Amino acid sequence: MSATSVLHTPVPLEQARSAATNEPALMRWLLIALALIFLTLFLFIPLASVFYEALKKGGDVYLKALQEPDALSAIQLTLITAAIAVPANLVFGVAAAWAIAKFEFRGKSVLITLIDLPFAVSPVISGLIYVLLFGAQGWFGPWLQAHDIKIIFAVPGIVLATVFVTFPFVARELIPLMQAQGAEEEEAAVALGASGWQTLWRVTLPNVKWGLVYGVILCNARAMGEFGAVSVVSGHIRGMTNTMPLHVEILYNEYNFAAAFAVASILALLALVTLAAKSFVEWRFGHDQQTSIEEHAA
Amino acid sequence: MGATRQILLTRHSVLPGFGLALGFTLLYLSLIVLIPLSATFFKTATMGWGAFWEAVTTPRVLASLRLTFGASLIAALINAVFGLLVAWVLVRYRFFGKRLIDALVDLPFALPTAVAGIALTTLYATNGLIGHWLDQYGIKVAFTPLGIVVALTFIGLPFVVRTVQPVLEDIEAELEEAAACLGANRLQTFVRIILPAIGPALLTGFALAFARAIGEYGSVVFIAGNMPMISEIAPLLIITKLEQYDYAGATAIAVVMLVISFLLLLAINLLQWWSSNRTKSNR
Amino acid sequence: MSLSPLFRLLGAALVSALLSASASADTTLLNVSYDVTREFYKDFNQAFIKHWKEKAGETLIVNQSHGGSSKQARAVVDGLEADVLTMNQANDVDILAERGKLIPADWAKRLPNNSAPYTSTTVFLVRKGNPKGIKDWDDLVKPGVSVVIPNPKTSGNGRYSYLAAWGYVLKKGGNEAKAREFVTKLFGNVPVFDGGGRAATTTFAQRNIGDALLTFENEVQLIQKEFSAEQIEVVYPSLSILAEAPVTVVDKVVDKRGTRKQAQAYLEYLYSDEGQELAAKHHYRPRNDKVLKRYAATFKPIQLFTVDELFGGWQKAQKVHFDDGGIYDQIFTKK
Repeated sequence: MSATSVLHTPVPLEQARSAATNEPALMRWLLIALALIFLTLFLFIPLASVFYEALKKGGDVYLKALQEPDALSAIQLTLITAAIAVPANLVFGVAAAWAIAKFEFRGKSVLITLIDLPFAVSPVISGLIYVLLFGAQGWFGPWLQAHDIKIIFAVPGIVLATVFVTFPFVARELIPLMQAQGAEEEEAAVALGASGWQTLWRVTLPNVKWGLVYGVILCNARAMGEFGAVSVVSGHIRGMTNTMPLHVEILYNEYNFAAAFAVASILALLALVTLAAKSFVEWRFGHDQQTSIEEHAA
Repeated sequence: MGATRQILLTRHSVLPGFGLALGFTLLYLSLIVLIPLSATFFKTATMGWGAFWEAVTTPRVLASLRLTFGASLIAALINAVFGLLVAWVLVRYRFFGKRLIDALVDLPFALPTAVAGIALTTLYATNGLIGHWLDQYGIKVAFTPLGIVVALTFIGLPFVVRTVQPVLEDIEAELEEAAACLGANRLQTFVRIILPAIGPALLTGFALAFARAIGEYGSVVFIAGNMPMISEIAPLLIITKLEQYDYAGATAIAVVMLVISFLLLLAINLLQWWSSNRTKSNR
Repeated sequence: MSLSPLFRLLGAALVSALLSASASADTTLLNVSYDVTREFYKDFNQAFIKHWKEKAGETLIVNQSHGGSSKQARAVVDGLEADVLTMNQANDVDILAERGKLIPADWAKRLPNNSAPYTSTTVFLVRKGNPKGIKDWDDLVKPGVSVVIPNPKTSGNGRYSYLAAWGYVLKKGGNEAKAREFVTKLFGNVPVFDGGGRAATTTFAQRNIGDALLTFENEVQLIQKEFSAEQIEVVYPSLSILAEAPVTVVDKVVDKRGTRKQAQAYLEYLYSDEGQELAAKHHYRPRNDKVLKRYAATFKPIQLFTVDELFGGWQKAQKVHFDDGGIYDQIFTKK
């Protein structure tokens, strides 16, 4: 402060700067208001209604719904499924993004489109394809039955279907970001003698960490919330192959709305946990960056 | 590995790992997506060309395809506009509750689609909180095609926000300042500098929201009303085929949807590739 | 930030999941059923487990799987290892013989009453005081009356409602053309087609849509309990359809798993006095006359016709009316 006053730096510089990268206050508030109205109509009210329905009959009903053995086994199965599906798609996402974003090659757009494709597949079909492959009437069904290996109507089928529906998330989050960043930094690292893995760990991943985190969060949320595809391959055996979304359906069909929404709200809360983890990481990393910048300045 | 590089790469790169990364990508893609999806084509093939054509060109199927792709397009456009707005607001401005809102954006993915459908139907039915209010202006949402758009907007909401957000965070302020120094006004800066930079991400988000909407079933059946020829979506017809144990008929509709989706997504991705190449050469 | 506790937790969860799937020494039965029998089989399983313990000295575990009826039957054809299958229409059982060769084609003859130990029928629910004066089928097709029926393409409940309306006209002396006209009018009055019976109930009771809801008699009690009985009344039409709920042992599965004895006893217990009593308690019409008489207050006498009698069996009915291009589709596409 004292330095600027001594140097008589014209004050308007700050203002000019902010005018260049910012909108007038009125515009700013208008945009915020618009965004909030949209989010309120399409997001906040629907979410609030889920929690409202869940808690309408009181906290006891809410807690009881979650302590039921069937609910607990559903929660367990959902967590296991996500714990397998998310890392698998994470590794794939990084590999795909590396190949697609850092290199120019033929057929790239086709490859990206094929990666997108699982989203466009109706969930029922996403489940059905595994039935066509591994079902008793399917390609590998007779062989699997002869060897007493269960894939569909058991945990492996549920995991496969989940991996399929969450397939694109991490890759599609990383690709545009890594494309926007270009390959210059990596090329510099390699020129300075870093190996491929070192470049990936030290240069690329730190650069895309937010995209990576968003990808994992979305992938995880969807892995836990998937209903349609899992419903086809689950077999719906109560307490054994029901995931949380399937358990919600059962409760809803029993007209047990409070319990149904309670389990649904837990799914939402589980998603929020991953977001809290993100905020924590953000805070720590932000902190680290801050200190490193200060060190540099010193 | 060297060979794949030479055959496939159109531009030389000093970076290693292309063969490994692409090889793994293709292997995983084949195992998880391509081989299983090919089952739908093989199953459809069992019914023969004539039966296939007949199955997918009945008025009812055509009406449902029109509805599915139309409603998905509208929902994806809504999400593109408002998703960009939300991402912009979250990255650029400070306001009360921003962190919480940032956290909530992902929740449409976490809620089972059926729960989303039920919650939206409760709200947008004529006796619901929002539907009641809209009804006074003669707007009916639940049990009409409009309801389908609402549901599809909800389930695709996080895509655009989350693809645009990291890119927006990456844009350096210097570029905008430079533009301002050169006399550009705010709108010009946005259109000439910011939009090209986030364009690929925006298109990606749009494509994903669109793709996701096409396949969606769980939330829509609750709010759509499922009136034949009016509010019956294509995934519902797949289910009804399965109810008749008509696997081939079900996969036939799936194949048609798959091919249309593939072509549309490919067009979007080519557009994106072209636009990012253009900006690169402009640089 | 150490991740190891998290991994250990996940590892433990994984191991326990694998163990719980494989390491149960007790004999298990899997009953694959349709959507709305949950409450009934919850009670019935307990009773049967007790009965089997006393009779055979063996501790059984009966697992349940519920879902849309055709979807459940499909899962069994595709390899879901059901020891017994309990459905609500015969063609969902036929498919096991046809596609999977899991049971013999004459499965229905193996147990009494077409292998259907309990039945139900389609009745009307109306708003309190019956403001539209809905007494019988004819009142449903009047202009300005709105009727909620689940989608016959995806719901057995909806299919029974459709056939009940059709059969009503035939029984009143009308011909097929008249029946078609009647059903066309009826479905013209439907504002919303939900995927299943319970979703339709929610539309009617919670969203306040429709003047009448068509559903199974066995659903009525639960609906009145869950959605305050003061707002909803039952109306019994002059005649309706007999909805037979067929059951079968899945031969290929029980022979592989060595559970035929238990599965057979499970189904036979459905016909026992205790089983019939439990069915009646859950508002399924028992086949046993003594039990039926005891519950005469619940089950109003009503003239009933069967699918076999008027439609030549479920397979034919499905083909003519509900398959793609069938009469139901024609109603909507060729106006």
